[in-house]
Amino acid sequence: MAVLVYINSENGITKNAYEVVTYAKKLEEQVIVITTGPKDESSLSKLGEYGAKKILIDSSFSGKDSQQLTRIIGSAVESTNANTIVFSHDTVAKTIAPRLSVKLKAGLISGAIEIPNGDKIKVNVFSGKAFGNVKIYSEKRIISVLPNSIQPEKNQSNCIIEDFNGSAGDTRIKLIDTKKIEGDIPLPEAELVVSGGRGLKGPENWNIIEDLAKELGAATACSRPVSDIGWRPHNEHVGQTGIAIRPNLYIAAGISGAIQHLAGVNGSKTIVVINTDSEAPFFKAADYGIIGDAFEVLPRLTESIKKFKASN
Amino acid sequence: MKILVCISKSPDTTSKISFIDNNSKFNEEGVQYIVNPYDEWYALVRALELKEENGGSVSIITVGNSQDEAIMRKALAIGADNAIRIDTDPKDAYSVAMQISEYAKKNNFDMILTGKETINYNGSQVGGMIAEDMDLPFISLASKLEANGNTLKIESEDIGGIQVLEVNTPVVISCAKGMAEQRIPNMRGIMAARTKPLNIVPPIDVESLTKFESYNLPEAKSACKMINPENIDELVELLHNEAKVI
Ligand SMILES: Cc1cc2nc3c(=O)[nH]c(=O)nc-3n(C[C@H](O)[C@H](O)[C@H](O)COP(=O)(O)OP(=O)(O)OC[C@H]3O[C@@H](n4cnc5c(N)ncnc54)[C@H](O)[C@@H]3O)c2cc1C
Ligand SMILES: Nc1ncnc2c1ncn2[C@@H]1O[C@H](COP(=O)(O)O)[C@@H](O)[C@H]1O
Repeated sequence: MAVLVYINSENGITKNAYEVVTYAKKLEEQVIVITTGPKDESSLSKLGEYGAKKILIDSSFSGKDSQQLTRIIGSAVESTNANTIVFSHDTVAKTIAPRLSVKLKAGLISGAIEIPNGDKIKVNVFSGKAFGNVKIYSEKRIISVLPNSIQPEKNQSNCIIEDFNGSAGDTRIKLIDTKKIEGDIPLPEAELVVSGGRGLKGPENWNIIEDLAKELGAATACSRPVSDIGWRPHNEHVGQTGIAIRPNLYIAAGISGAIQHLAGVNGSKTIVVINTDSEAPFFKAADYGIIGDAFEVLPRLTESIKKFKASN
Repeated sequence: MKILVCISKSPDTTSKISFIDNNSKFNEEGVQYIVNPYDEWYALVRALELKEENGGSVSIITVGNSQDEAIMRKALAIGADNAIRIDTDPKDAYSVAMQISEYAKKNNFDMILTGKETINYNGSQVGGMIAEDMDLPFISLASKLEANGNTLKIESEDIGGIQVLEVNTPVVISCAKGMAEQRIPNMRGIMAARTKPLNIVPPIDVESLTKFESYNLPEAKSACKMINPENIDELVELLHNEAKVI
């Protein structure tokens, strides 16, 4: 049996693509990738290093209509006879995986964080406060893997690239414009994140967050009140009502650690908390804590990272 | 404009999360339920604003048992015109979506709005499933929605940015932050909610495709290591050698 992996390669091949190919390879020997391009053979063929045997490219699709993409993936499922379809649980997967689930009558698990254990797959529930083990009862299954949950592993295989015509059909959604978020590392994919809360007192002070982020190559984030009052853009808001992230390192400065904030960051591998208040609840969820003033500690940390980088 | 808003419940954010029956069931004891914040703050409030601008009606629908009527009354108090409860316990996203789509097919809505995801299961599944079953366009994670007649202009989240899309009704949309601001129900709304219609609809027979077999809680974090603010080099050293994240 084959496993089909959908990869969004619009912005090139990112780490998430290697993660899902690695995941798929652990499920089945025969890993086939479907993508809608662009047809950049040299970067696509890198997926072969992680175990992809075949890459199907449908170059006919250009818009943003989840229904068209669902039809394309549906025809790829049919022609490859795949029994499992794997996505990276990103914004595109959130539009097509549920559609495909109904189209194929295949059970869908969103946000898998581990390789299946027997027939059960682990996911986060209650905003990361617990785990659930889900079983799929249908013949075909769809698994959408939470970014940053699986370590990409090399597993060289001969990989061929083929054109594929998946009959996208008509569209009813017109793309008017796209607005890319400038330059920075997209938060959901970032491995390192520096985040600020109300303790930073105002937007004019964010340079100390940005300097550290820049030195680390990290993305920036914030607590909800900070984005609500407009100190920072909405897309930086993490937590229960913002986005949930699970970077390797989350540095929180001037954030109290309210339960709703923790809900979005408690999947982080390592948490560093900088707060003047030794009683701040965030320390209970932290790996490393500094009781101190963010205005002094952050610049010092930036300097220290600079020194570390110079000597390594 | 006839709008249907899908409303689900989620445990109040400060609820203690624990499990019973051999970790197979969520322990509801002492848990206070609220309207899932995405459904309430973004989907429902934007639907009400659209109705205020263009006329029409806002119905809410919940797949659930009689205990869910409390959160439905809250949605009515905020301003929905009427409520529908499909009388069955939700099993999985697929079965919930099929229940809702069965009802929606018979009632010609211009727009079906859902929240971005439920706080309990974080699946982001129900909206897309309804759309596929009804053969409707689906736009997810919308942060802005303007209506001009039956043409909608929608901004929604894309990988690394925002996309601006145009679509004609009927359509299914999942709503995220940015759509609207939270509304607090006032006394008049709460009084009016008591007399608004709440229709109970029998469920259809539909299988579920997935099941949560068991749950577990994360292992307790080991105690936080405190670092002297005068000695930040130590932190960098630990992040490199111990945590191995830089
Ligand atoms: C339904 C619901 C959903 C919510 N969703 C979210 C969500 O998704 N994300 C989210 O973040 N919040 C969310 N909240 C809000 C949450 O409850 C908190 O109010 C919020 O996280 C607090 O933000 P904060 O830590 O930045 O501010 P505060 O709570 O004001 O904390 C500021 C902290 O900074 C410290 N500080 C002050 N000065 C300094 C200094 N010079 N140096 C270092 N530290 C300093 C203080 O000791 C304090 O701990 C939600 C709330 C509700 C009710
Ligand atoms: N039992 C339910 N009844 C009505 N709507 C629901 C139900 N469960 C989920 N929804 C809707 O579907 C959205 C996404 O839910 P989910 O796919 O579970 O993350 C929610 O924000 C609600 O709008």
